[in-house]
Amino acid sequence: MSTHSLEDRFQSRVDNEEKIEPRDWMPDAYRKTLVRQISQHAHSEIVGMLPEGNWITRAPSLKRKLALLAKIQDEAGHGLYLYSAAETLGVSRDEMLDQLHTGKAKYSSIFNYPTLTWADIGAIGWLVDGAAIMNQVPLCRASYGPYARAMVRVCKEESFHQRQGYDILLTMCQGSEEQKEMVQDAVNRWWWPSLMMFGPNDDASPNSAQSLKWKIKRFSNDELRQKFVDATVPQAEILGIQLPDPLLQYNEARGHYDFGPIDWEEFFQVVAGNGPCNKERLAARVKAHEEGAWVREAATAYAEKQKNKVVSSASVA
Amino acid sequence: MQKEIKDFILMLADNPMILGQRLGEWCGHGPILEQDIALTNIALDIIGEARNYYAYLAEIEGKKEDDYPMLRKERAFRNVLLVETPNGNWGDTMMRQFMFDCWHYFHLEAMTKSNDERLASIAKKSIKEASYHLSFSSEWVIRLGDGTPDSHEKMQDAVEHLLPYFEEFFIAADFEVYSQQEGISPDLHVVKNKAMAKFRNVLDEATLAHPQNVFAKKGGKSGIHTEHLGFIISELQYLQRAYPGVTW
Ligand SMILES: [Fe+2]
Ligand SMILES: [Fe+2]
Ligand SMILES: [Fe+2]
Repeated sequence: MSTHSLEDRFQSRVDNEEKIEPRDWMPDAYRKTLVRQISQHAHSEIVGMLPEGNWITRAPSLKRKLALLAKIQDEAGHGLYLYSAAETLGVSRDEMLDQLHTGKAKYSSIFNYPTLTWADIGAIGWLVDGAAIMNQVPLCRASYGPYARAMVRVCKEESFHQRQGYDILLTMCQGSEEQKEMVQDAVNRWWWPSLMMFGPNDDASPNSAQSLKWKIKRFSNDELRQKFVDATVPQAEILGIQLPDPLLQYNEARGHYDFGPIDWEEFFQVVAGNGPCNKERLAARVKAHEEGAWVREAATAYAEKQKNKVVSSASVA
Repeated sequence: MQKEIKDFILMLADNPMILGQRLGEWCGHGPILEQDIALTNIALDIIGEARNYYAYLAEIEGKKEDDYPMLRKERAFRNVLLVETPNGNWGDTMMRQFMFDCWHYFHLEAMTKSNDERLASIAKKSIKEASYHLSFSSEWVIRLGDGTPDSHEKMQDAVEHLLPYFEEFFIAADFEVYSQQEGISPDLHVVKNKAMAKFRNVLDEATLAHPQNVFAKKGGKSGIHTEHLGFIISELQYLQRAYPGVTW
């Protein structure tokens, strides 16, 4: 079959909502797009452990400490599922990690912001996991089978994270004046970066159309961002806090909330490595990897010895 | 409830609490993603166990569970010194964990027969987890001890510098002597024999030498801690101290 007809068949399978599986023929560009997107997503889960990990030892109660540990552990698990899904496309975890450590692969820029107070942990759960859910629920229907299936597991846990984050903030908002101020301050800092998580506006996002056609994406960046704003504003009202956008207002005619312009200059600077914590995040990952080298080598050497023992005892028998 | 028994329960709680706090420092920084997850799992288990003891004391004393870890001062902690020692490298953490697990598992085993039904039931629940922890840390001590020459050397170093802290688990504090007479806490000689047998076996399998002439470092059970504890509880207690009396 010519490449042309292979591509036609591929696209018609996608159009019919059939899942594409690892051994199926797929266009090179589809494979590349998936590897880039899934590995970026995996890296985001792993790098995302760092800003939250910053508060494990200082969590304010044992209940919150356990919940935070469990949440971060879930994120590590998401990283694992996603690395495995990417591996089905012919790239190894080592290669992907290498790309992260050398700065070739990106991760979600949100994790380059610092967690300054305990309320940041609530704000991350509410807004960052909340935005992640908006992005990820449609990915449960992505055309690539292993990715879609990984996302089903991930999404269940993400919605739990979001409720947990919201509960942290709600508890604080029902508390002292200082606690409420802490929440307001955290939301002021996390709101705009959370909106940026959906990526550039549609007219500045050239690859989106192809991803939509391949049914990797189901909604455009702006559609998802709007859904997120619409879902989040009423939740902010329940908390009794202000979202830091004077232009935020319900638009009767559209049936959606209007919101102010996003500072894309900030977004592109953070993506380019100039955010408040880019250097620290990457350095922490590289350090963990390098300091773990002797452990991984020893584990391999030990496994090798065990294998040889089995082989030699088998040959004796 | 007698002060001695309360102190005993505090020791049962503070050991896993402080170790769990240390393990939490690893989260996101482990050498292998799967091991990062496994270590966090252990932290979850043991802090969860500590919480059960604190909750028990809180019921008796009409306090809140968080009052114990979050509002006591340095000298009131009853944990052994081992659990305060810094994480070091992954091998140090595994060796410290293995020593803790040797005590923890066999002590819990004995505690399942405690006269105090509440403590016995916490022990029955926790021993399943502790048994998994003990195999996890044993496997890592063996794997690294018998891995590469470099890992072997690191593990030999770890056992040399941590072994002086191991003995303290088995030196009965006054509150343990009292609690044992009441049938609440076990005979530490029995616990020690089982724990040491396991310890020696694993060290042998790991091809690690047993350090000789070890002088025990102790004091934690009576509140004489290392300089590390003050820093550990500074983080642990930060928010409760900075914003007294609020709910989180
Ligand atoms: Fe996640
Ligand atoms: Fe995610
Ligand atoms: Fe999450």
